[in-house]
Amino acid sequence: MLILTCPVCGVRAEETEFHGGGEAHLKRFGPGSSEEDFQEYLFMRENPRGVHFERWRHAYGCGKWFHAARCTTTLEVFGTYPAQTLEPPKDLRAKISKKRPGWTWRSLT
Amino acid sequence: MSSPVSALGGASFSEGIARIDEVALQGMITLRGDLSDPVVQKTLKPFGDGDLPAAGEARIEADRGLAWMSPDEMLVLCPYAAAAETVAALQEALGDAHALVVDVSDARASFVVSGPQARDVLAKLCPVDFSPAAFSLGMFRRTRMAQVPAAIWPRQDGALQLICFRSQARYVFDLLSVAAQAGSEVGMHVQG
Ligand SMILES: [Zn+2]
Repeated sequence: MLILTCPVCGVRAEETEFHGGGEAHLKRFGPGSSEEDFQEYLFMRENPRGVHFERWRHAYGCGKWFHAARCTTTLEVFGTYPAQTLEPPKDLRAKISKKRPGWTWRSLT
Repeated sequence: MSSPVSALGGASFSEGIARIDEVALQGMITLRGDLSDPVVQKTLKPFGDGDLPAAGEARIEADRGLAWMSPDEMLVLCPYAAAAETVAALQEALGDAHALVVDVSDARASFVVSGPQARDVLAKLCPVDFSPAAFSLGMFRRTRMAQVPAAIWPRQDGALQLICFRSQARYVFDLLSVAAQAGSEVGMHVQG
């Protein structure tokens, strides 16, 4: 079971109270961008076995979006953090490094 | 003149391990705005008996009070007949503050689940720890009840009260009645 803590309202609940919103920290490429960038933005997603960063929404609770870092094989949640950020906080990345030495995700390590 | 009616006309269920009662008309007003804004706080405080509920909390007595819905939403409970004048009073007090006030009384339904096994009945339907230690007076929990959203709080009389969308009132009443059917005791958090 995947158990998440909403960083907005503080509720800790299992997955069915939330709704997954796909990969975190995507950079949008819209009108005026190159076809390669637009194609990457539209279609290319990480699908890791291990450390992953995602967007989630507390759909049945406070209704707010947030970010989560978790392991796709064990469902361990390393942490959740606000939606209003472009990358995972440093302390969270350090915590992941302790638990999963050598992890990589896109350009993050 | 039309006379307002609640979603299920005051339906009740009493042949099981807990009692389910639809709450007669309840005034409910949604205030959307920045709850950290001093003007918004000053406007809301009188409805919470001089205090504002923090995240996950409510200050409700009988049919009046405040419930924290999200960082930018507070639910104001008031007597049904007072909803219109309460909306006007809130708007007046808010002045130019960036906020939205809407009477949602007729968009919602409310139920009370009572009896020693009330907590177990709700625990069958929601992914929430309803033990008296984890869910006590003053708390307010928005969650999933089977397939629909609901918000639940413990009452002074020991029962649990919930609100849901009016269009889902029949579904919720049927859910609660099935979860409370005779012979379905689970014995997790029996009270009293
Ligand atoms: Zn939340």
